[in-house]
Amino acid sequence: MSASDAAAVQARIGAHLQRRARWRWPEIVFWLAILALIFVLPSRAGIINEALIAGLFALSLDLILGLAGIVSLGQAAFLGLGAYAAAILASWGFAEPALGLAFGAAVAAVVGLVSAPLLLRGGDLTRLMVTLGVSLLLGELANRNSWITGGADGLNFSIAPVLGLFPIGFTGQRNAALYSFVVLFILFAIARRLAHSPFGLALAAIRENRLRAGALGVDTSRRMVAIYTIAAAYAGAAGALLAQTTQIVSLDLFDFHRSADVMLMLIIGGAGYLYGGLIGAAAFIVLRDVISAATPEYWEFWIGLALVILVLAGRESIVAAAARLIALVAPRAAGRGAA
Amino acid sequence: MTAPALEARGLVRRFGALAATDEVSFAIRPGARQALIGPNGAGKTTLINLLTGATKPSAGQILLHGRDITHLKPSARVRLGLSRTFQINQLFPDLTPTESLGLAISERNGSGADFWRGAGSRPAVVAEIAELLMHFGLEADMDKLTRKLPYGKQRLLEIALALAARPRVLLLDEPAAGVPEEERRDILAALAALPADVAILLIEHDMDLVFNFADRISVLVAGKILTEGGPDAIAADERVRAVYLGEDPHA
Repeated sequence: MSASDAAAVQARIGAHLQRRARWRWPEIVFWLAILALIFVLPSRAGIINEALIAGLFALSLDLILGLAGIVSLGQAAFLGLGAYAAAILASWGFAEPALGLAFGAAVAAVVGLVSAPLLLRGGDLTRLMVTLGVSLLLGELANRNSWITGGADGLNFSIAPVLGLFPIGFTGQRNAALYSFVVLFILFAIARRLAHSPFGLALAAIRENRLRAGALGVDTSRRMVAIYTIAAAYAGAAGALLAQTTQIVSLDLFDFHRSADVMLMLIIGGAGYLYGGLIGAAAFIVLRDVISAATPEYWEFWIGLALVILVLAGRESIVAAAARLIALVAPRAAGRGAA
Repeated sequence: MTAPALEARGLVRRFGALAATDEVSFAIRPGARQALIGPNGAGKTTLINLLTGATKPSAGQILLHGRDITHLKPSARVRLGLSRTFQINQLFPDLTPTESLGLAISERNGSGADFWRGAGSRPAVVAEIAELLMHFGLEADMDKLTRKLPYGKQRLLEIALALAARPRVLLLDEPAAGVPEEERRDILAALAALPADVAILLIEHDMDLVFNFADRISVLVAGKILTEGGPDAIAADERVRAVYLGEDPHA
């Protein structure tokens, strides 16, 4: 084998490893479209904001489930923690949203870091139960410590304009959606970078074969604790955004249905490529909005039906069919993912 | 005299009343080509699990280049230079060979926790991936998903991955297991071309392979080392023949 062969192989390796790291035009269109939507539909800014926050929450689950294969039914624990941390900080008079956002994410990260070692033993069922247990436990703690959380009455607080410039909340719903958009985009870009790094590869190895990952020198426990902590911070940020833009916190943030809904969103959109959570969250919230307007009592029936079809037919086959359709219209748009 | 590359001292592992590994002591010198043979149920798998850290010993010590690694976890042993392959492929089905090797190399050179720099942006890592791919003849399949590779290629990747950790001691657990005849030659060639300075412990059923490859053979029977010696001595040993129920181990 000659030196030029080696150089050619090296060039192919570099291109192969970096093939997903570059931003592609459909992604840029995706983000610009959301931004445009906020300006075009100011009357719908409330629901757009809700979808953006749900998207961030689903992204947090994708970080652990999609990248590292860690299942969780307790992601709401961190949503609730972030929301209450931001709200309590505001109720103490620290009303700057950026500060509350950082604080909410940090509190969730600390609890994530402390509880992560519980996930290292046992299999998926153990993890589902442990994460569920932690979220029930935190919900009850929030309920009991009403001196700080307001208990069942909730908490009264007000929020300053973002960076002192842009008022958010009910009087500034478009600003609220823009604020959520900016936060989501920054955190998404960081997650995207992380997914394409050596750390992201190590997480993929843990997801694919934890035994072999360890046999290659990957400290699987440390990597799992790290990503769980990061994901907790993301969920905490989503909670903080929710508290700040709605100016309400209530104990149902810790509820099981929140954890279950976010799992649904991620499965609907597809785990592992980071956009799945955003798309699934938008689909879930729009569907709920549309169907519940038509048949207020039965919207969960349709969501359930959609989910069953999706899982049985296989999202991949549906996506593949869609990709073939798109390929007919615009040949260059096809071919996302691996060869 | 330099310390052995890998040494076991009085290793014991009991499962209830059964001693799957019973006072096993042996030493592998640096660069050795050693084989471990024994009938089914002799305790070969348990011994590998003890050496790699998957199982904790009930008693005894394991030393890697004179350093006590008895209580280190598997990933720490790998980073100190003890790596292994698996009898049944343990690969990353939905990653490509390039990605698999890249993560193994990043992990070894300490950039495995880097979450900011893109994978494939370090020329040294890319050069090493290329070297391993070409050494094992995998460069044409470098960007295919591992689960889509033919079995023989997967077997080669199994060895390439273990080598990416740049071990000083490599445990090969039945590397030719299940490989169809026409792909066997590739595996044998790959084994023959392993770096000379790496000490190798080969666990194998295939006596042809063992006697071609090893310069020293240990025979494990019922959890104990029955005997140890050069290929000729082992082939001539009556007890070894008896263990293999009259089979000629050199056949």
